[in-house]
Amino acid sequence: MVDHTVKSYDKELDTLERRIAEMGGIAEKMVIDSMDALANADTALAQQVIATDPRLDALQREIEDLAVMTIALRQPVAIDLRELIGAIRITGDLERIGDLAKNIGKRAMKLSGETRIPRAIVGLKHMNEVATELLKDVLDAYAQRDVDRARDVWARDVDLDALEDSIFRDLLTHMMEDPRNISFCAHLLFCSKNIERIGDHATNIAETVVYVATGESLPAERPHGGGDVGYDLEGMHDESSP
Amino acid sequence: MSQQVSAQVPAKTANATKEKIVVRDLDFYYGDAHALKNISFGLQEGQVTAFIGPSGCGKSTLLRVLNRMYDLYPGQRAQGEVLLDGEDILSKNLDVNLLRSRVGMVFQKPTPFPMTIYDNIAFGVRLYEKLPKSEMDDRVKSALVRSALWGEVQDKLNASGLSLSGGQQQRLCIARTVAIKPEVILFDEPCSALDPISTAKIEELIDELAGDYTIAIVTHNMQQAARVSHYTAFMYLGELIEFNETKTVFTAPRDKRTQDYVTGRFG
Repeated sequence: MVDHTVKSYDKELDTLERRIAEMGGIAEKMVIDSMDALANADTALAQQVIATDPRLDALQREIEDLAVMTIALRQPVAIDLRELIGAIRITGDLERIGDLAKNIGKRAMKLSGETRIPRAIVGLKHMNEVATELLKDVLDAYAQRDVDRARDVWARDVDLDALEDSIFRDLLTHMMEDPRNISFCAHLLFCSKNIERIGDHATNIAETVVYVATGESLPAERPHGGGDVGYDLEGMHDESSP
Repeated sequence: MSQQVSAQVPAKTANATKEKIVVRDLDFYYGDAHALKNISFGLQEGQVTAFIGPSGCGKSTLLRVLNRMYDLYPGQRAQGEVLLDGEDILSKNLDVNLLRSRVGMVFQKPTPFPMTIYDNIAFGVRLYEKLPKSEMDDRVKSALVRSALWGEVQDKLNASGLSLSGGQQQRLCIARTVAIKPEVILFDEPCSALDPISTAKIEELIDELAGDYTIAIVTHNMQQAARVSHYTAFMYLGELIEFNETKTVFTAPRDKRTQDYVTGRFG
C-alpha cells in the first residue's frame, strides 16, 4: 500500500502490527507449553506458562494505548480505521487465549500429584494440536491480510467442537469405570473447555481479519460440530467471546 | 464478535428519496481547459451530499454549474444535462435569476453586504417578492431563527452586518440564502475561514436544514464531510471517482483512489 503523506502515521501502524505479532507468538507458545506441561506433569514448564501471562497483559495495554492515541491524533478512516479497530479486537482475543493457556498451566500444577490416566490425555493433546494449528494459521492470515485463509480457519473451528464432544464422552467413560478417576477427569474436562474457547478466539480473530481486509463481516452464525451422538450437548459450545 | 458491524454508526443514514438534481454526462471547460469530465450523479432530495477531493479537482467548478454561476464569466461553458426537478438548467432559455432563487449558495468567505443585518436579509427577498413590512419582518426573523442567529442579533437588527464576527457573518449569509426560500443550498467551503466553535454551529445548522432543503457542500475538511453528509462524492482531476453513501466512503470505500485520499495517502 502507498505510504501516508505523514510518515510517523505509518510508523505507528507498523509498531502496532509488530506488537500484535509479538503477542501472537507468545500466546501460541503458551498454548503449546501448557499442554506439554499437562501431558508430561512438568511443573516447571507449567510455572513458566503462568509466569508469561503478565507479559501478554502488558502488551495488550500497550497496543490499546497506542491504538487509542492514534485514533485521537489521526482521526483514521477506511482501511486505517479498520486496522486500528482490528488491532484492539485481536489484542483482546490474544490476551484471553493467554488466560486460557495459563488456566491449563494451573491445572497441570494441581494434577502433577494425582494418579494419572495417560489414555485420557491422548485426545486432549490432539485437540490442543488442532487449536494450535488454528491459532497459527489465523495469525499468518492476519500478517498477510489473507481473507481466504481467515475464512478457512473460521470454517475449521467445527473440528474442534467435534473433538470436544468426543473427549467429553471419553472422559465420562473413564469416570464411570472408576470413581477414583473423577477428580483427574474433571480437571481434564475443564481443560478441553479451555481449548475449545481458544478455538473460538481464533475464529474471532479470523472474523476480524476479514473485516480489516474487506470491511465486511462474516455471517453471525458459524457452523457447529458434534453433539449428535448419544449425549445432548446442545449449548455446550460457546461461540461468543467473553 | 460476529454481529453486524454496520448496524449503528454515527454517520448519517442515507435515505434515498428522489433525485432533486440529476447530472448526466456533464463536461465543463474554462476556455480550452477541460475541468469536468463526463460527470454523472444525482442529489437526493432533503439529503446532504459532500464533495471532496484535492485542490483543483473540479468540486467547486461543479458546484458553480449547479446554479449557473459560471455564466458570469466569459469563455466558460458546460455540456451535458443538469436537471432540476426534470428541467434542464443548462438551457439557454432558462431564467437564471429564478434558478438562483431556487438554488442558493453560501461561499467560503462570509460576504455580508455593507448594510444593516435586517437589510442584508431583506435585500435578496425584495428582488423576488414585494412583501408588506410586517411580512418582511416575519421573513427576516424566521430566516435568522432558521440560521441560529436570531438570539444573538434580535436586539441589533439595525447594526451593520459587517459588525458581526466571522461565524455570525457566515450564519447571516445562510439566513440571507434561506430567506429566499430556495429548494437547494450549495455550500462552498462554508467553514474554512471559521474557528472550531463557529464551524460546529454551521454544521449543526446544516443538520437542521437537511430534510427541508437539498444540500451540496464542498469541503477540504474530510472529517466535516464525514460528519455532515449522507452521501459523499470523491473527485480527482475533473472526474467523479466515487459517489457513495458517506459511511461507505469513510469505512470501506470501493475505489483505491478514494481510499488513498481519505486515509491521507495521496502523494
